[in-house]
Formats: sequence, C-alpha cells, structure tokens
Amino acid sequence: MANLPKTTSKGSAKTYDGLGIPLILPAWIIIGFFLVIPVAMMLVYSFLTKEFRGGVIWEFSIGAYDQFFFYRGLFGDSPPTIEWTYIGIFWRSIWQAGLATFFCLLIGFPTAWFIATRTGPNKTIWLFLITIPYWVNLLIRTISMKFLIRDNGPLNEFFLSLGLISEPLHIINTNFAVQLGLFYSYLPFMVLPIYAAVERYNFALSEAAADLYASQTVTLTQVILPTVKPGIIAGCILVFVPSLGAFLAPDLLGGAKNFMIGSLIEEQFKGAAGNWPFGAAASMILLSLVLIVLTFYARSQTKDQI
Amino acid sequence: MSKDNEIAVDIQNVTKMFGGFTALKGVSLDIRDNEFFTLLGPSGCGKTTLLRLIAGFEEISNGAILLYGQNIADLLPNKRPVNTVFQQYALFPHMNVTDNVMFGLLRLGQEKSKAINRVNEVLELVRLSDFADRMPSQLSGGQQQRVALARALAPSPKVLLLDEPLSALDLKLRQAVRLELQQIQVQTGITFIFVTHDQEEALTMSNRIAVLEGGRVQQVGSAREIYEAPENKFVADFIGETNLIDVNVSNLEAGKGSCILPGGEKITCSAARGARSGPGHLSVRPERIKISASSKSLLKGTAVRHIYLGTDLHIEVKLNTGGNVTVRMQNSTQIQIPDVGQSVGLDFDPSSARLLVD
Amino acid sequence: MATKSLDLRHFTGFQPLTLLCLFLLYAPLIIVMIYSFNDSNSITRWNTISLRWYYDLFYGVDAPKFKTAAINSVSIAIMAAISATIIATMAATAMMRAGRFRGKSVSFALINLPLMVPEIVTAVATLIFFSAIGFTTGYLTILIAHIVFCIPFAYLPIAARMEGIEEVYEQAAQDLYATRFQAFRLILLPLMAPGIMSGFLLAFIISLDDFIITNFVKGAGVETLPTVIFGAVKQGIKPNIMAISTLLLVVSVGFVALSYFVGRIGEKANPTTTKKGE
Repeated sequence: MANLPKTTSKGSAKTYDGLGIPLILPAWIIIGFFLVIPVAMMLVYSFLTKEFRGGVIWEFSIGAYDQFFFYRGLFGDSPPTIEWTYIGIFWRSIWQAGLATFFCLLIGFPTAWFIATRTGPNKTIWLFLITIPYWVNLLIRTISMKFLIRDNGPLNEFFLSLGLISEPLHIINTNFAVQLGLFYSYLPFMVLPIYAAVERYNFALSEAAADLYASQTVTLTQVILPTVKPGIIAGCILVFVPSLGAFLAPDLLGGAKNFMIGSLIEEQFKGAAGNWPFGAAASMILLSLVLIVLTFYARSQTKDQI
Repeated sequence: MSKDNEIAVDIQNVTKMFGGFTALKGVSLDIRDNEFFTLLGPSGCGKTTLLRLIAGFEEISNGAILLYGQNIADLLPNKRPVNTVFQQYALFPHMNVTDNVMFGLLRLGQEKSKAINRVNEVLELVRLSDFADRMPSQLSGGQQQRVALARALAPSPKVLLLDEPLSALDLKLRQAVRLELQQIQVQTGITFIFVTHDQEEALTMSNRIAVLEGGRVQQVGSAREIYEAPENKFVADFIGETNLIDVNVSNLEAGKGSCILPGGEKITCSAARGARSGPGHLSVRPERIKISASSKSLLKGTAVRHIYLGTDLHIEVKLNTGGNVTVRMQNSTQIQIPDVGQSVGLDFDPSSARLLVD
Repeated sequence: MATKSLDLRHFTGFQPLTLLCLFLLYAPLIIVMIYSFNDSNSITRWNTISLRWYYDLFYGVDAPKFKTAAINSVSIAIMAAISATIIATMAATAMMRAGRFRGKSVSFALINLPLMVPEIVTAVATLIFFSAIGFTTGYLTILIAHIVFCIPFAYLPIAARMEGIEEVYEQAAQDLYATRFQAFRLILLPLMAPGIMSGFLLAFIISLDDFIITNFVKGAGVETLPTVIFGAVKQGIKPNIMAISTLLLVVSVGFVALSYFVGRIGEKANPTTTKKGE
C-alpha cells in the first residue's frame, strides 16, 4: 500500500490547468509591447533634449521638467522663479474635472436611483435610454454641443425668440462651455456604475431604517449612500480620470484661452512648434496624477471589503 | 459469485488537502463490483471530495485509487471509465436531450448512426423516449435528473458516480426515484457510488454504506449493521435517533460487555470495537424502549413531554438519576400513553442496546 | 398617489432630475439630427426639409474623402475587434479556468491597463514608440493601437459571461470522455457566444469612436471618420457634418440594440446558472 506513487496536489483542479501562460501570452505580448514599453519609452523621452523640427536629440536633460516648473527668463540665465503657466493649466484641469465630477454626481445619482427602482419593462426602457448616449461617438456628441451653444446657435435663438435675452449669450470658448462639455461627455459614466450598485441594494435596509423611525432623508444619508458608496466612487473615478486628460471638449468648446492638459500635450506633438520631451514630461505628470487617484481608489475598495 | 467479490474501486489511504485544510485523512475503502455503495455523512465530511477524486476533478494529495486494479491517479477525467451524475445535473443547456446523451458516445469515437441506437436504449431505460428532442430548460426537475442519469449510463461506464442526485427534487419525487435508481442499478449491473447526506436514502438503497465524518471513514457496513451495531457515538447519533445513557462498563470480551445502569441494574449487551472499561455510553434506540408501570424496570423516571409526530409519538422521560431518555411509541389507540408528570418505568431488551466508544 | 408616501424607493425630485438628465443627454443630438435635414447652405437659417446634405455626403465634393475614411474606420474596427476578442477570450479562459500560474495577479492589471492610462498619454506613448523604432505611422499603426485599447473592452463582457458559466459543464464534458480542447470547443465556446458577441460589438464601437489615439498615430494621409470629421469641424460646422453625424449616431444606436438583443436571446436560450437545490 505504502509503495504506491504519490502525487502532490496543487489544490482544486481547474479545467485548463497548466494552460494559463499560453492562453494569457497574446494579451501580455500585445499590451506589453505596445503599451508598457511605449510608456517606458515616453519616460525616457521626457529626459531627452528637444529637436527643433519635432522629435528628440539623444542627450540626457531635465530641461522638460525644468521648463514645466521654473521660469529662468527669456535667455535662461535669470535666477529661477516658479513658472505658473503649466501648473496653472494642470490646476485648471483638476478643478474642471472635479467640478464636472460633482455635477455628474449631483444629477447622476438621482437618475441611477430612479432607474434602478423602476420595475418590469419600464426599467428596461429607461436603462436603454441612458445607455444609448454612452455608445454614441464622443466627437459627435461634442460637436452637437458646440453646434447648440454657438453664439448664433439654436440655444441662443431659442432664448432670443422667447425674449429672455436681448443679445446672444456668449457661451462658446469659455470655461463654462468646457465645463458643460465635460459634464455632457461623461455623465453616462456616472450613472451606470451607481445604477449597478443600487441594483444590488437590499431594500430591507430601507425598511429597517424606516421601522426604526428614520425619515427618508436620514435613510438616504445614513443607510443608502454608505451602502452604495463603492458604486459612487467608481462613477466618480470614471468621470474624473477621463475629464482630467480630456482633449475634445476643451479643444472644440474652450478655444485657445481655456487650455487643459490634453490640449497642452497635443500641441507639443503638432508640427515644428512642438516639443516632444516637454510633451512626454507633461504626459508623465498627468499619468502620475491618475495613478495617485487610482491608488486611492484601490485602497478604498480593499477597505470596503473588510 | 466470484464476480461479486471482485473489487471495483480500491481506495488506499487517500488524503486530500486544499491549501491548509485537510478534507480527507487517510481514507481506505474497497468498493465491490456490481455494488450499490453509498458515501453518507453530513456536509463537509469529505464525501463529495472523495467522489471528485474518483472522477478525476481533483488531484489526490497522498495515497492511491485503483480502478479494477489500475492506478488512475494520473489519468484525466476523460480517460477514466467512470461517469458522473452531477448534483445540479449539468446538462449542456445548448444541446437537446439526444445530443446530451450522445455526447459521451461520440467522444468515445462511436459513429452517430450507431450511437443513436444506444441513446434510444438508455432513454427507454429512464422512460424519456418521448422527450428526445426537448431542450434541458423545457424539462421538469425530475426529467432533467433522468436525462443526467441516461447521459452518464450511455457510455456503459464501469462505475457510475452519483453526487446527491436527488437533493434538488421534492420529497414525493425523491421517494419514487429511489426505487427507480435501485432497479436500474440491478438491471445494468454497473457499480454505483452514491453520495448523500440523507440517511433514509442511504438505508433504503444501498448494499453497503460508508459513514464519513471529519474526513475519516467512521464505519462501513450494510444498512442493518450500521443501524443496529454502530461502532461509535457519531454513527449511532447520525443514523436514526438514539439515546445515549451514561453507564459504567466492565467485563469486556468477544464483542460483549457488562454495564451498570444509572439506577444500579446490571446488564450484558453487545459492545463496539474499542470500547473500554469504566465510564461509557450505552446507545438504545427510542423505538426499542417500552414504557411500563412496573417498579422493577431497568430505568425509572417521569414523563415530561409528548411530541406528536403523526404516525408516532415521542415521550420524553426525565430519569430519576438525571438525564433525559426519548421513547418512541406508535400513535395507536390500543397503547396507553403516560400523562405528563406520571412516573414511569422503562425497559428494553439488552441485545438491542450497544456499548459505544466515545 | 396616496401610496407614494409609503414607498421607500421614492424620493421627491428624483424623477424630474432623471428627466432633466435625459433631456441634457439627448437635446444636442436631436437638434443636430433635425438640422441635418435642413435644406440650406447656412447652418443657422432653417429652410425646408430635404435630404440634400445626405446626397452631398455620398456624391458631393467631399464624398471620396468620407468614403475612404469610412472604409478605413470600418475595416480597422472589424480587424481590431476580432483580434481583441480572440485575445480577450483566451485571456479570460486563462484567468478563470486555468487555475494558478506565474504572473496571474499582474495579468489582471495588465489587461485593464489601457483603461487606466489616460487616452492622451497612450496616444503620446504610442507615437513616441513607433517613431523611436522608426516605424512609419499609418494604417498599420492605427490598427495596432486600436487592438491594444480594445482588449479590456472586449474582456469585460467575456469575463463576466464566463464567470456566470459554472465549471461543472466542462467537467461533465470531460467526464464524458471529451478532451480539454473538445470541452472548450463544444461546451464553453457555445455557452460563451453571447458574451463573445457583446465583447466584439463593444470593441468594434470603441474602435470606431476613437479620435485621440488615432489622431496621434495616423501619420500623414490616412484618415478615419472621426479624424476627417474633426478636421472638417476645425474649419467650421457645415451641414454635411451634421448629416454624417446623424448617420453615425444611427449606427451606434443600432449597435446598442443589437448587442442588447444578442445578450437577451443568449440568456434565454442557454440559462447557465442553475437554481440551487436543497
């Protein structure tokens, strides 16, 4: 009995045990080769010297980061002072993205709640309606918004015809227009994760709260919001992160004066005026910001699980 | 007769660990050819793990499993001549009944034209010939269960594994299917290994039963052996109901022993293997105890409660020496039932009591 | 009405906010749709209803440009979506059905990496990469970039579906003498079909929609619909832009409906989650 061969166990057997690596390999190769290596290369480029016709000279330099944070006078020989232009653009981007997230949450939560509490085919229709804009081309949606809020666009015409205003409201090419564009672009991203969280919400909790003399307001703030918090956080991330690096809304609706990070970066890679190391450095700073936000998000998720 | 003694599945000192948890601790069993063998135990006792080890869905940590003399440890499930009826049936939802039943035959390389004959044969066996074109979702639970059985029988496996196949059915259906399963086992002559936590299922269907608990085999035997002569407290308690009376054991020899009852009476009865002298337990089934008014009874006490069970009654008796004993009586008008609070004497035939190991 | 106060799901004001939300989402799109039928050279003045600008789209001066861009967009979207779907299906099988392997925990992050890196950063990194290795940007670079960011979008519905399919079906197949490859082909793949289809559709739409990354890696001369539309809009919104936007919008809505029905039918035909007994 004792001299029979022993087999050591790896625990529970899975159907395709041992095939994990060959099956995952294509994903590794594609994403590793065409995303991880490029990002690493971008990091390298951010420490190179700029070439005036676009591109780089292979010479180490922290010039890109220096240019981002410090001003050294027109000829680069003055004592360095803080350069506020780019920090200001980043700050405006963070502020705009934060504001867009706030407004999306303000209108997205009630919407998600309302849809999730419908019953039967009604719910399907509501959900369908809210999903469609999510699938419509972002460029087309931004163009639609641009068309709507132009100085002589339908919105102004409508207000003029009602006599509410005597001359067209100047909305386009303002910070407000960018804000509107961001809000409009990413609103569906807020609704869907909150909807998923409310779907899983156990209404017996509301009943228990009401049974224990809680008003609807108290139930909302003390019971419902803490319970669906993971969905709310996910929604906020899904709005904040793409808003931060948004290009279309600020470019098409904000014009030259209302730059955000996205436009700043894009400009560095357009033709001769570009500065690749500086663009790479700005991208690295943006990526770092996003990774910080995502790390906090991951932390909050693991905390919620405990 | 010689065939009956051939060993179908030889489980040799099998241990199974999941990470740090040991599900099976050195289990050894001989399952004979053409036998209806049941693995019985509460959930988490390791019975399903053992079944999955035989089927090949888990790897053995230590020990060996021999199928008709061949070590199958390194064979993938599709190389083992055993088939499984899964707990939730696992009928392929995208295939109709015929395709489900034919699946194994085709994988074994049979031609479709030949396989279809076998499919019709087994569908007839489980009385589902009229449902050959249905999809699984169009069948009732009982019908799905029979398709699962037909699918597993179609390739004529040497051993059929059944993982709590009746647990998803309602009570009435379960009782009917029990008989049917037993008949099919006799008809086909295939060795059945049946896993259940339901002792009634185990007692009514099996040739032999292995009681598992805590990853170990507690006892192997026929239904009668396990019920009448439990080897330990767990088996006595898990199979049916029993009264465990504190006694003092002496004179143990040749499967017999003497003991002194709490009231001072001394009796001689059968003893489990490993029973020791000194304080121990005597197991007496509730239906083996008779209530009388006699003052010469083995045990004396007071009736404290009636529990109404329909065909039967349970009378709870508080012994004068402390501790409760349950007596089962037929709910018949001819038998006198003691009132609550009435003093009673309790008697039983010492041959129906058993001294147990803790 | 009287029962409303007892409904704990009800919050005053939520319904109007929902309607406002939908209004905000749809109003710009609907206005553009309406104006696309305007028979006027000016985008401001309303004339009469006509299909003039749709005709212009197919037969006007810009028609060849739009046609080439549409062919590029659709062909890239199809190829990128197919590649991403295959890669994502394999990856999902590895993650959910292959037990433990080296680098499994990293793999999950890697698959979702394209979702985490901001689009503009991916665009910059990809451009730098191709330029550094001396690869001429063009059709092929667009395709490669699209495959990369389509992978997580294809992965999500595929993995969700696979998670819903109990492993017992493949075990049953193996128990009935199927090899692992047969268990995959005959059982898992058919049961996965709805998830794979929605993964494909999602990847397709995402590829079709992309502007930022394409804009960086397209090189000179190769245009897709979004880049050609963006280029045109930079010179002012013309009525034909509204016509092409409306067409793309209709295509998108069609795809949502399609993926929705594929999911519904698949769920109905092959309910893979059995009710728990006992």
